[in-house]
Amino acid sequence: MMWMPELPPFVPFFIGALFALLTRGPLRAVILLAIPLLGGLQLWFLPEGTQLHYSLVGLDLTLFRADKLSLLFGYIFHIAAFITIVYSLHVRDTLQQVTGMLYAGSAIGAVFAGDLLSLFFFWELLAISSVFLILARRSERAYQAGMRYLLIQILSGVLLLAGSVFYFREHGTLAFEFIGLEGVAGWLILIAFGIKCAFPMLHTWLTDAYPEATPTGTVFLSAFTTKVAVYALARGYPGTELLVYIGVTMACFPIFYAVIENDLRRVLAYSMINQIGFMVVGIGIGSALALNGAVSHAFNDILFKGLLFMSMGAVLHMTGKINGSELGGLYKTMPKTTILCIVGAASISAFPLFSGFVSKSMVMSAALEEGYDWVWLALLFSAAGVFHHAGIKIPYFAFFAHDSGIRTCEPPNNMLIAMSLSALLCIAIGIYPWALYAILPYDAGYNPYDATHVLTQTQLLFFSAAAFVWLNLRGYYPPELPSVNLDADWLYRRLAKRVIGTAFAQLWRIDSAVRGWFVSRVNKLLAFIAHHEPNGILSKSYLSGSMVLWATLMLSSYLIFSFF
Amino acid sequence: MANKHARISDPKTYLFDKPQNVKRLLRGFYAICGLLVALELVVHRHTYHDWENVPAFYALYGFMGCVVLVLVAKWMRTFLMRAEDYYDRDELGEACGRDDSRLNDSRLNDSREEAQ
Repeated sequence: MMWMPELPPFVPFFIGALFALLTRGPLRAVILLAIPLLGGLQLWFLPEGTQLHYSLVGLDLTLFRADKLSLLFGYIFHIAAFITIVYSLHVRDTLQQVTGMLYAGSAIGAVFAGDLLSLFFFWELLAISSVFLILARRSERAYQAGMRYLLIQILSGVLLLAGSVFYFREHGTLAFEFIGLEGVAGWLILIAFGIKCAFPMLHTWLTDAYPEATPTGTVFLSAFTTKVAVYALARGYPGTELLVYIGVTMACFPIFYAVIENDLRRVLAYSMINQIGFMVVGIGIGSALALNGAVSHAFNDILFKGLLFMSMGAVLHMTGKINGSELGGLYKTMPKTTILCIVGAASISAFPLFSGFVSKSMVMSAALEEGYDWVWLALLFSAAGVFHHAGIKIPYFAFFAHDSGIRTCEPPNNMLIAMSLSALLCIAIGIYPWALYAILPYDAGYNPYDATHVLTQTQLLFFSAAAFVWLNLRGYYPPELPSVNLDADWLYRRLAKRVIGTAFAQLWRIDSAVRGWFVSRVNKLLAFIAHHEPNGILSKSYLSGSMVLWATLMLSSYLIFSFF
Repeated sequence: MANKHARISDPKTYLFDKPQNVKRLLRGFYAICGLLVALELVVHRHTYHDWENVPAFYALYGFMGCVVLVLVAKWMRTFLMRAEDYYDRDELGEACGRDDSRLNDSRLNDSREEAQ
């Protein structure tokens, strides 16, 4: 399969973006579809261990490094790019199609980058290309959210660059291997990764911006940025204990928000942080089983979270609404979308025979094996909570619940095909996980399908559902309300704005007072000098003869001085 | 767009419009729940942790966990919930005055995408 020259896999995507810019209609569609397909094939036959070096101002850099870890992310990014492109085939918006390709290409470039400088390059490109998927919504809200998103993403890049500089000074190399928490570099780079990975308190860009993107843009966004960060953490910080606690926080706090959030795509954004929490815990534990669990869960999450975002995108696309309070009863006219959404919901909830089941449990088992009992218990709680908000709430409030009276129809065929592809993969991985296990970076010999695991997980999920049913029948379940819930972004969207606003108002007041005082002094001085009064300095009259006399005197004194 | 989700009275009866279907679904669901707990007597559960030895540990934990989750989340609403336009008033305030059409045009864009 060497009919293509050895090309870093991001290059076809960038060329594709260029072609998408220049072509229209069916030709563009064919090009967009061909690139992830051919690129994926090329990658599949690429031997492990391939590297591509280049030299820049005396630094030896690695533009492309294929090992098991980067290849796994490379494969799934190609699959995700293909599915998302199918999903967005109906869109006639050059901006989205070009930047979508650039964005997918940057993500692929980032996971294959073998040094920190190349990583930084793709890291920033990810931010810049993806913001257009938010801006393409072309509303004032999306514009504001996009700008906040861009600012935070660029900040992450700047931290990564600063960290890389320190790393180079400390280690004399830029190779992207294990970094760890030693020295300034380790911390700076961790924070840079942490921002993109949506660590607690650094997560608000995600819940703020993703729900404001276009229906298709959000599907793109959900696949790449955070998973690149998960890859980077798995490469740079495996076995860092701090990550266990960060991850468990990420797995737990968003589910509370998800229960009371009204915008269903924002519910999914919170649920995304929750899923990344599982991956971060796995990376923090750092055993072979845990790391396998973390990266395979990333692999599966891209598929099922993409599927859920696609089904909600379809709802938004067809009805123009996405708030739980305005939806309901859509199963009547969108039965296919409903079923596909339920497949995604079952996968994220880790039902046996669906993809989440075969990866999430690896992290949980590893937590027990390594003696993190309380972490395990918290993860179990959040696993039940996932089912509650993503598994039940999303399909229930969109497609069932009370009938909103909306009668629409199924989304365009390309959307249905894309969702079906994702759903098929979710089920295929759930039924035959060994295909996925074969491409995992470590050898852990894990079997998800033993009787105990199947029984306990099913019990957990069914009784979580029972809780939902009980709460609903008793009327304890919080209704969907049109509302905004305060999160950490309140700190900069409201508090900082108010504090800075007040500070500047004060500053301007002082400033205008000082200037007023100064102007009044100048005016007084001018009045003193120039005011016409008989004895004023400028109101005296002089004889022109005396002026001639003085001028002569001055010139002659020059003349006299010039002799010395 | 408007004709697509017109709130017309829909004479058709769908699957869950009939209360007996909902009842059937719920009964099936309760039966499965009961069966899952009963299965524990048959299937020998090998455990890794003491907590797991509690009978029906996963069922109890799942149920309790979710009830606590929902009640805590509901309580969180008392201090976290704000009006829908809480941020918009500040951030889009000027935009409102300048150009009203830009505010609610995301829906228009979504439909424009489709129309083309």
